[in-house]
Amino acid sequence: MTADQVKKIILDIIGEIAPDEDLSDVKPDVRLRDQLDLDSMDFLDIVMELRKQHGIEVPEADYPKLASLDSCAEYLTPKFAESAA
Amino acid sequence: MSGLAAAIRVGMYGKSVLLLERHTVAGGLNSYYKIGKYTFDVGLHAVTNYVEKGVKGTPLTKIFRQLRIDRDSFGLCPQTQSRISFPETNLLFSNDFDQLRQSIADRFPNEVHNFDKFTVLAKTNKEYSKASARGEIQSFFNDPLLMEMLLCPLLYYGSATENDMEFGQFLILFNSIFLEGFARPYEGIKPIINSLLKRAKEVGVERKMGLGVKKLGTESNRVAEIVLDNGSIVTADQILSSIGAPETQRLIHDSDRCRKSEENIGKLAFIESIAVLDQPPLDLGFEDTIVFFNRSHQVKYERPNDLVDYRSGIICSPNHYDYGDRSLKENIIRVTAQASEPMWRALSPEDYQKQKQLAFDRLLETAASVTPNTSVEKLKTSVKFRDVFSPTTVTRFTGRIGGAIYGAPIKSSDGRTEIENLFICGTDQGYLGIIGSMISGIAMANAHVLSAAS
Repeated sequence: MTADQVKKIILDIIGEIAPDEDLSDVKPDVRLRDQLDLDSMDFLDIVMELRKQHGIEVPEADYPKLASLDSCAEYLTPKFAESAA
Repeated sequence: MSGLAAAIRVGMYGKSVLLLERHTVAGGLNSYYKIGKYTFDVGLHAVTNYVEKGVKGTPLTKIFRQLRIDRDSFGLCPQTQSRISFPETNLLFSNDFDQLRQSIADRFPNEVHNFDKFTVLAKTNKEYSKASARGEIQSFFNDPLLMEMLLCPLLYYGSATENDMEFGQFLILFNSIFLEGFARPYEGIKPIINSLLKRAKEVGVERKMGLGVKKLGTESNRVAEIVLDNGSIVTADQILSSIGAPETQRLIHDSDRCRKSEENIGKLAFIESIAVLDQPPLDLGFEDTIVFFNRSHQVKYERPNDLVDYRSGIICSPNHYDYGDRSLKENIIRVTAQASEPMWRALSPEDYQKQKQLAFDRLLETAASVTPNTSVEKLKTSVKFRDVFSPTTVTRFTGRIGGAIYGAPIKSSDGRTEIENLFICGTDQGYLGIIGSMISGIAMANAHVLSAAS
């Protein structure tokens, strides 16, 4: 899975958990919290959806690595590769 | 209601969840009941925390997101106008915060500046302060009357401690009542409960009605088995209890724990009269959605030394919400005042019935006396159906000891108990009202069931 595909997965999840957010112009290098109205409850849901939909586990200590789309891709791409293997 | 919200969250993420409700109707303290041909809400005067569609980052929006429920399914209609009524003056407020500010500017011109400063704090504050609200607000305001007038609705909606509350709670309520606002679905609480029940079903929650928990069997500081009212036994990794902190402690059947829990039983209980009228409340002089009235100089928010304390209370007309082109089929006035649960409990069955009827009359008289242009006689003769619920009614149907609708004075803010896998959600975790209870259920399920699994 490519980094862009991972970013797309994250955006799709955000679209599900926060349907009232406009996701048409999310900048990959800016913290998600700084451009969208997301709080810790929403981030928990991103983690829960990653587990439910893709079997990816994100331990609580690693939540900061989901800060932006770029950091999500960097952190999650190897995890997706692992789970696909 | 907090239990329902918690169950939905747990169910959403594929865990097996059993939802137990002892009553035959869902909703707990925010339920409804049928009497005669009428259906009345138990607790609902107003849904607090109302914000318009599109306003983000408030508790209401969080609920729809976290439970993935469509906002429209709640059918919330905003209030028209509410009032804080004291012998000296009145303050008006609505879902437009400027109305309260203007009202304060008119009556307390020297305090507007202070009020603005206070509002900024209420909007931005992130730290929860356990200090006394009465003490803290003195550093903002000078006029004791204004302080009493601001405290009155916040105490009533609702503090679990007598005559005061934690400043953190004061700020939360200031936001939910003044900065956000009141709303009500056209059909009362029912569509909200139905929307939650439907969602619970969708996510696979197993629900049992008319079945409560009789006992929690513990072993090495964990709940090892849950004994149900019908004698059957179930087990669970985690238990979230929405029945109240002292009520939960009692289920452990440990005399030390029971003794300790006695000290944490709330003293604040209420009586409420519901009058169905043969004409619109407006025609009888009632023009507001909710009136918080106080007829003495200081609000006495404490267990009265009498069956009922008529000096302060709430008048609510569910007719006065903006239902668009609809209006309610029935004309209703609800009047609430503080009551002493021990005194109501001590009455003989005959006295109880008699006192309930007397209280109904006096509550109506009280409502008329604090409402200008109202005639008590006209109000009384327009009543075509009446119902009263007392603190003992609340205990009977909700299991809350002492009829304490706002629960225990000492809250468990992290939801933990002395038992490792037993958690408290709802009123005794510290969030109240309809929106608060759902937020509590969500937050406790997130913290103790969902996060715990990772």
